[in-house]
Amino acid sequence: MVLMVGTVIAQQKATITGVPDIPFTSVANFLKLPAGEYLGESVAVATDSKGNTYVYHRRDTTRLFQFDRNGTFVKEIGKGYYGFEFAHSVRVDKDDNIWTVDEGTNLVTKFSPEGKVLMVVGRRPPAIDGPVVFPAGPNKPAEKYILCRPTDVGWDPQGNIFISDGYCNNRVVKYDKAGRFVAQAGSEKAGTALGEFNLPHGLQVDERGNVWVADRTNNRYQVLDNNLKPIKEITNLGTGWTLCISPGPHQYVFHSNSNPNGNPPGSWDTTGEIYKTELDGTVIGKFGKPGKVAPGFQVVHMLDCRNPSEIVLGEIESWRVQKYVFQSGASSRTAAR
Amino acid sequence: MKAFALLVTVACCASIPLAAQNLPPAMNFDSAANPLTLPDDVYLGEVGGVATNSRGDIFVYTRTGHPTLSMATARPFAHGGSRLFQFDRSGKFTREIGQGLYGFLFAAQVRVDPQDNLWVVDEMSGMVIKFDPQGRVALLLGRKPESVNNPPRAGGAGGGAEGGAGGRGRAPGAGADQDVFNRPTDVAWDSQGNIFVADGRGNARIAKFSKDGVFVKSWGQKGNAPGQFADVDSIVVDALGNVYAADAGNGRIQVFDNNGTYQREIGNVGNAQAICITPGSNQVMFVSNSNPPNDLDKAGEIYKMRLDGTMVGKFGRAGKLLKEFGSVSAIDCRTEATLYIGEVGNFRVQKLTMR
Repeated sequence: MVLMVGTVIAQQKATITGVPDIPFTSVANFLKLPAGEYLGESVAVATDSKGNTYVYHRRDTTRLFQFDRNGTFVKEIGKGYYGFEFAHSVRVDKDDNIWTVDEGTNLVTKFSPEGKVLMVVGRRPPAIDGPVVFPAGPNKPAEKYILCRPTDVGWDPQGNIFISDGYCNNRVVKYDKAGRFVAQAGSEKAGTALGEFNLPHGLQVDERGNVWVADRTNNRYQVLDNNLKPIKEITNLGTGWTLCISPGPHQYVFHSNSNPNGNPPGSWDTTGEIYKTELDGTVIGKFGKPGKVAPGFQVVHMLDCRNPSEIVLGEIESWRVQKYVFQSGASSRTAAR
Repeated sequence: MKAFALLVTVACCASIPLAAQNLPPAMNFDSAANPLTLPDDVYLGEVGGVATNSRGDIFVYTRTGHPTLSMATARPFAHGGSRLFQFDRSGKFTREIGQGLYGFLFAAQVRVDPQDNLWVVDEMSGMVIKFDPQGRVALLLGRKPESVNNPPRAGGAGGGAEGGAGGRGRAPGAGADQDVFNRPTDVAWDSQGNIFVADGRGNARIAKFSKDGVFVKSWGQKGNAPGQFADVDSIVVDALGNVYAADAGNGRIQVFDNNGTYQREIGNVGNAQAICITPGSNQVMFVSNSNPPNDLDKAGEIYKMRLDGTMVGKFGRAGKLLKEFGSVSAIDCRTEATLYIGEVGNFRVQKLTMR
């Protein structure tokens, strides 16, 4: 029985050719769960400065687990928290605060490194309004402080907050670090022009303050300046599912042309790879392909590249998190650039 | 003497231009950094209510999740969604009260009466629940709707409570001569222990019961005339037994005598979602002009006023930082100097010290 049918999203094969493969090894059983604990759809994964890994996943309820640098389970954060219903993203800021983006409650929550709630953006639709009818028709007008199935969060060096919002708005919103609305690009309406979006699905901000958006249904990425004015689009890397940007003086961007949900016939031959690029768009290489068994991918949904030689990634359809370590030859080659 | 004071009050206010009345002096205050110490695995969600008892214990009634609806039962049944936590006067977590209770769906308010009984109002189950100081259920008003209507009935509450349309030939929002509430929001008592329920956002009436829960009378209906309400969002009773009802949708507080006879209104209070009155003599009232949850850029301040409506001062604004407020839903004012503020928007309680 089909419980819920999302919009069928056409997946696009990347048009770029001749990209070298980056050799890697996959860390077997990277995360070690205690007996009786399980991951669900592991849509979100992030690391902090101490090497801890956070997995925000869809299980009996949506839950947030912390693991140490060895992959050993440390604790659960947010058990029974009002803002958890249907995970979409977790990211860690420069102060090691943990931010969750929940597509079910429409809330973005900032947790301290100890797991205490510090800030909430958006509002969960109140239960007093009764069961929600599955939405049909045009999206409601976007509001400054109400999110609609938000997807991701990032920050510039000044601490301004950027949110991709989402499945029922089609915009990127900028708030200051106190949570006050500053600007938005896009609106509730989907569009194809620069500065418009059709399912902004992943977002990160580079050290210059530029905002990178995976514009999924438009099969592209967009780069916006700090005031959300569009700079450029990237259209040759397939469907823009998600991305990460490594920190430090020389930043790299990893883009995932994830294989689509449901593994439609032929999709394994045309999708699933992840591209490593420079900030200027130069494509360095690619790695990975779909597969049920590790190191294959089953719908990569989030990438962490705090260390650009080690990628941690979460997958929807295999209910797991993988760690890819690039072999030294590849690292030295890219480091020499 | 009293007549003289009243005369002075009237003279004073009549001589002040309206604009000046809208600009009461800003009051200085501090907000404690971490007023409540939450254990691991305890999180506040939207705070419906916060209240203290005579020993300084702090009670928080909060929305911790959404009620779960059962699938493929004869009807969809709603369970869970809100929890009641107790903290000691230092803010240390003491215990949970009413865990798994039948009526805890959508936290609206918690208040403590002069005998330290705890009163919880749940907007979705339509229940007003009195706990004794030990945390045992002592008195119940209302009945939780058996099941949830899906799709929701037009005009009905999420819980499926009936009566919002007036029912039995009554005016819209007038409710019935019973403890059948439709989205109740608050509860208060007079010095005899009579119970006044703000009912609420589905109905638009005030229901009075004896201290034993016997229905006495109710008044009010939907509207904006004197004695009518857009909603009844909060309610307090002064030492003389007068009833103050926040009618946020009409930007006012309406004052009734103990039998529900309309006395006057206090305007210029904005979106009055939460009111509190200090105990004892020389009572003052705190009123939150709460920002709506979808807007951080307007309102949000709290007013301090005399019971005649004279503004004493105001403080705070909408926002997410400390000393800013996110859609205030509750104020506790056991003294004028120390306030506890419950917020829908920021999932927290602030402890304010007025300077």
